[in-house]
Amino acid sequence: MAMNTQGRPTAPGTVSSSEITTFTGNRGLDHEEPLIFEIGDTGRTGVDLPSAPKAKSRLGGLERKAEIGLPGLTEPETMRHYVRLSRKNYAIDSGLYPLGSCTMKHNPRLNEKMARLPGIGDIHPLQPQSTVQGAIQLMETLAHYLMELTGMPAVSLSPKAGAHGELCGMLAIKAAHEAKGSKRDVVLVPDSAHGTNPATAAFMGYRVKPIPAMADGTVSAEAVRAALGPDVAAIMLTNPNTCGLFEREIVEIAKAVHEAGAYFYCDGANFNAIVGKVRPGDLGIDAMHINLHKTFSTPHGGGGPGAGPVVLSAALAPYAPLPFIRKDGDKLLLVEDEGAAGDAKPFGRLTAFHGQMGMYVRALTYMLSHGADGMRQASEDAVLSANYIRASLKDLMSQPFGGPTGDRPCMHEVLFDDSWLKDTGVTTLDFAKAMIDEGYHPMTMYFPLVVHGAMLIEPTESESKQSLDQFIGTLRFLANEAKHGNDKSRFTEAPMLAPRRRLDETKAAREPRLRWRPPAAKAAAE
Amino acid sequence: MAIEKFSKDHEWIRVEGDIATIGITVHAQDQLGDVVFVEVPEVGRKVSAEEAVAVVESVKAASDVYSPLTGEVIEANADVASTPGLVNEDAEGKAWFFKVRLSNPAELDALMDRAAYDEFAKNG
Repeated sequence: MAMNTQGRPTAPGTVSSSEITTFTGNRGLDHEEPLIFEIGDTGRTGVDLPSAPKAKSRLGGLERKAEIGLPGLTEPETMRHYVRLSRKNYAIDSGLYPLGSCTMKHNPRLNEKMARLPGIGDIHPLQPQSTVQGAIQLMETLAHYLMELTGMPAVSLSPKAGAHGELCGMLAIKAAHEAKGSKRDVVLVPDSAHGTNPATAAFMGYRVKPIPAMADGTVSAEAVRAALGPDVAAIMLTNPNTCGLFEREIVEIAKAVHEAGAYFYCDGANFNAIVGKVRPGDLGIDAMHINLHKTFSTPHGGGGPGAGPVVLSAALAPYAPLPFIRKDGDKLLLVEDEGAAGDAKPFGRLTAFHGQMGMYVRALTYMLSHGADGMRQASEDAVLSANYIRASLKDLMSQPFGGPTGDRPCMHEVLFDDSWLKDTGVTTLDFAKAMIDEGYHPMTMYFPLVVHGAMLIEPTESESKQSLDQFIGTLRFLANEAKHGNDKSRFTEAPMLAPRRRLDETKAAREPRLRWRPPAAKAAAE
Repeated sequence: MAIEKFSKDHEWIRVEGDIATIGITVHAQDQLGDVVFVEVPEVGRKVSAEEAVAVVESVKAASDVYSPLTGEVIEANADVASTPGLVNEDAEGKAWFFKVRLSNPAELDALMDRAAYDEFAKNG
């Protein structure tokens, strides 16, 4: 088996149960919220409906025999239930959210305002195209800017998330190979890749061949060249990579990939670090998805949906999926049928309609309100913020790829490992849990997999210097306590102030309880 | 007496006649942590050496289990698939994954004995 050595503990450990208990189970005004089925009962209702008229059933014996059993709640009960649940949620709107690789940047309110304009919010995908020319124009404008920012000649807007975008790009690559009659079946993936990359390749029936990184955390053209061969269909590489480093040999890698007759898929998850600075098209990339929900500030992480348009090189453009936009005189046409595709050879379609319209509006709003200079500055500030954190913590925490003096700059996220925690009795997981007690959402931990006990911090450009200083101050305090404090319970017992303490992930995975059952049925089952 | 061998991918192999029983090592399950899911191969499947044929998943990671040897799967352990915790309890005993009828026993020569594996695991 492939050995996994990131060192993540999986059991809850030695957390004590010393807690303040209350009669109600509530913790102050933070309520211990029951399930909605446990609040309501089937005998009451929050709305006053006229009783249903007697009607003859036409269901031919297929009608429901028993009560459906939905809980009835009054309006205030319903309201309170969902408001209380929402208060347990942590969101970018509640505080700093340093999840590395996730780009939890602020979602500007202007985006929301635009998406709710009646002319946009009230249209329907089945309306005749002649009545939604403005919406198609908006998609066309977004497509234009995505191509402009990436230096690529084509874009497919419809993929609905990053991994969906990967699938789109890789399907275009597969279609291009098939058109040439080639049966290449290997995809190269560096070992620092997002897990979705090998998953996408495997899902499509490719064999995945990992490429080891160099000691400095990046991939060398030499390693790629050694792995290339007549059976390689593509490489999937993230730039900047998941260690927060720019792949400096990318141009040479692209050249080697093309010389070997393969295509270059770039995972655009970290495009937010280089918008306005580097055009992926200039680097020799054939396909790249762009997470509108990361780079272009549309909501994600429970607030989504995501959107993952894919830009394509001239070689792959003919295989872009349906639908796509074509100019027809002064009208815009959303081409939905293969028969109408003309010279194009779409590989099929990925979505029922055209993609995430609401997210297109938000992303375009972000682009237009920031302008070219603003988008460039957002990239610069994201990188500056990450490096400010890196420089402020480097004397206490260890960087796996910080160079001999720890001064090697990172891109938009900074990666620490757990070698600085050696012999302290504190693990990365403990440290992350202690951050929760201090009011911070933890950073990404134990990813990328190439680093032991990884802590990946991405502050984004959204945080002020004051906010970054507070965060740094907290991490410095915790790091000093972990290294020199006498009482490590701050870490090993954490989180002490969250609605739940350390969870038993093993039990959750082995004996998942995925649905509520009525008490009677439960009693009968036991 | 059975021949005991180990692969660099942390599989153990016990060979009796031309039948090899394969599982993952105690060291491997220790690194994985609590195992929560195991998928074993179908009986009758032809496997080649170093081909991914089974899956072991812990709370923190999913890993492929490779067949260290070429041959045909003649038996798969349903118990370990239904009770993945067996891997943590008895990795090199009850928690065997599958049995292969060897078609190229010479491949055994490339594998490690216990002493060599222990040394390898210590440094890995």
